[in-house]
Amino acid sequence: MASVQISDVRKSFGGFEVLHGVSIPIEDGAFVVLVGPSGCGKSTLLRMLAGLENITSGTIAIGDRVVNNVQPKERDIAMVFQNYALYPHMTVAQNMGFSLKLRKAEANDISTRVKKAADILDLTPLLDRYPRQLSGGQRQRVAMGRAIVRDPQVFLFDEPLSNLDAKLRVAMRTEIKELHQRLKTTTVYVTHDQIEAMTMADKIVVMHDGIVEQMGSPLELYDQPENQFVAGFIGSPAMNFLNGHLKVNGGQPYVETDNGSRLPISSAPAASDGRPMVYGVRPEHLDLASDGIEAEVAVVEPTGSETQIVARIGSQELIAVFRDRHQVAPGDKIHLRPRAEVAHLFDKDTGRRL
Amino acid sequence: MTTMQTSMPARVVHTDTRPLWERLRTNRNWLALWFMLPTAAFLILFLAYPLGLGVWMSFTDERIGRTGVFIGLENYDWLWHDSIFWLSVFNTLLYTIIASAIKFAIGLYLALLLNRHMPFKAMIRAIVLVPFIVPTVLSAIAFWWIYDSQFSIVSWSLIKLGLIDHNINFLGDPNMARASVIFANIWRGVPFVAITLLAGLQTVSPSLYEAATLDGATDWQRFRYITYPLLTPIIAVVMTFSVLFTFTDFQLVWALTRGGPVNATHLMATLSYQRGILSGRLGEGAAIATAMIPFLLAAIAISWFGMQRRKWQQGSDND
Repeated sequence: MASVQISDVRKSFGGFEVLHGVSIPIEDGAFVVLVGPSGCGKSTLLRMLAGLENITSGTIAIGDRVVNNVQPKERDIAMVFQNYALYPHMTVAQNMGFSLKLRKAEANDISTRVKKAADILDLTPLLDRYPRQLSGGQRQRVAMGRAIVRDPQVFLFDEPLSNLDAKLRVAMRTEIKELHQRLKTTTVYVTHDQIEAMTMADKIVVMHDGIVEQMGSPLELYDQPENQFVAGFIGSPAMNFLNGHLKVNGGQPYVETDNGSRLPISSAPAASDGRPMVYGVRPEHLDLASDGIEAEVAVVEPTGSETQIVARIGSQELIAVFRDRHQVAPGDKIHLRPRAEVAHLFDKDTGRRL
Repeated sequence: MTTMQTSMPARVVHTDTRPLWERLRTNRNWLALWFMLPTAAFLILFLAYPLGLGVWMSFTDERIGRTGVFIGLENYDWLWHDSIFWLSVFNTLLYTIIASAIKFAIGLYLALLLNRHMPFKAMIRAIVLVPFIVPTVLSAIAFWWIYDSQFSIVSWSLIKLGLIDHNINFLGDPNMARASVIFANIWRGVPFVAITLLAGLQTVSPSLYEAATLDGATDWQRFRYITYPLLTPIIAVVMTFSVLFTFTDFQLVWALTRGGPVNATHLMATLSYQRGILSGRLGEGAAIATAMIPFLLAAIAISWFGMQRRKWQQGSDND
């Protein structure tokens, strides 16, 4: 096990810079998730950590050793690929033991370690099968088994669950998290799915356009997003954003939206009367009330445990989620009241949290 | 693998009481038969019939201009005691084995080279294909000049460089002639092997190499444990074809040496042509051609059973 230090790392392909100075400290034994939309550079960063891509500038250190010029095989890391990259001509046991075989480990030693890893992952009955004969979830576990067998300093996961169906994905999520709690190996996990990030990570790194937008624990990011991008990216359904101006009326601050609704806030940033800003409120922080934002119900989506309502204020859509089963139908006029204490304010121009 | 679906499951057919024509009209196999008929007719007329006729002819004493009568194995008996026939068998095997082995080695090397990222990749790939697209006879004539006993550019260049002091007798000396035709065949055959293997290499997922790199494999180990095993199915196919083409080669040798000097480069195909067409003994020529069949079947069988053994390609696909 080891810590990982990513310091001011940049990456250019030709003249095109895709990572603009990324610094991420990763503590020993942590489970860090890099999350962001496609093309944000998260996979590139992971591949640089693995040694599959060169580092244009900056340094990456694993433990105390800067690995910029260290060959991938000497970095003592194991990676699980999105398509699993299982060797199709080798059995499960051969796949898992391949790295040990290359290191000229003894046959006895290889088979003991493969058996031990297979035991952890419930792969023992499948050891003689070929990848083609396995289901998606089984292949995924073999890919993890191949990583575990090596007992590396760091595990790298590159979108490992995106080829699985929804149900299996949830099950594997738990399995990977359990595995980490058991082995306590430092793990860097890349995904575009914020639910995966929220459920699995000790620390989430939100990336966007080659920079780190915010780092922190899942709940920190959820409760205190530093900017509008993170606020919109973390949480599902996504946070509602309403454009408006800050007003203060008799010491009581509020945001007046462009179409005249008054939105409550608990405290106002200083000297900001009349300043244009974006008001953010999560769907679960809207309550049905007799006053508040007047909206027309467009769609009602019950999921059983909760009901999601899409409502329109003029041309803008607002999503609200209720645990109670309110009787509303499309076309109904409702009033939605945001909870002031959990509302977020962002600067209209910079998107920064106020 | 998918299997062909018929429109009617078997048990439905049993209870179907409609008239025969009605049943046939909706039967997909009946329709498929009509679609296959043109191809089948073509293959029977131009492949199966000539082959059958050739085999039959080998059991007769047919000559050009005279219908033969059945003489049993007399032609084969005659060939069995014919040293020139055995020399042609030896030449054919030598030609096939050496040329195929070298074509494989060079072809694989070129394929690996072309699979790398390099400048002008598309152009280099196109250039590699050139020997393949030049008509065989034209390239044979070019080689004929290159190998000419007086005007050979190779001899001329080596003399100018001061490496030798007289012309090389490329096509006059038996072993030299064998080496020369084998070289020409290799030059012509390498592009086919290289391009086909390159196509095979490109089906190997790059992430397998990345996984192997992280697993600690060196360049050689990546080739030995990933590339080579994953390429074996396509190697089996391409080498089967290469061996078949080489074994039955006629044009290059006929254009370069006509089997000479003193039959040193006579292949079974050229000998068959010489005896059957030029000398007019169709029966004997057919017997020589028919004698090639067991060798060809053996080559196919080897690659067939080689491919059968690869368990990892079988089993259901669970994507």
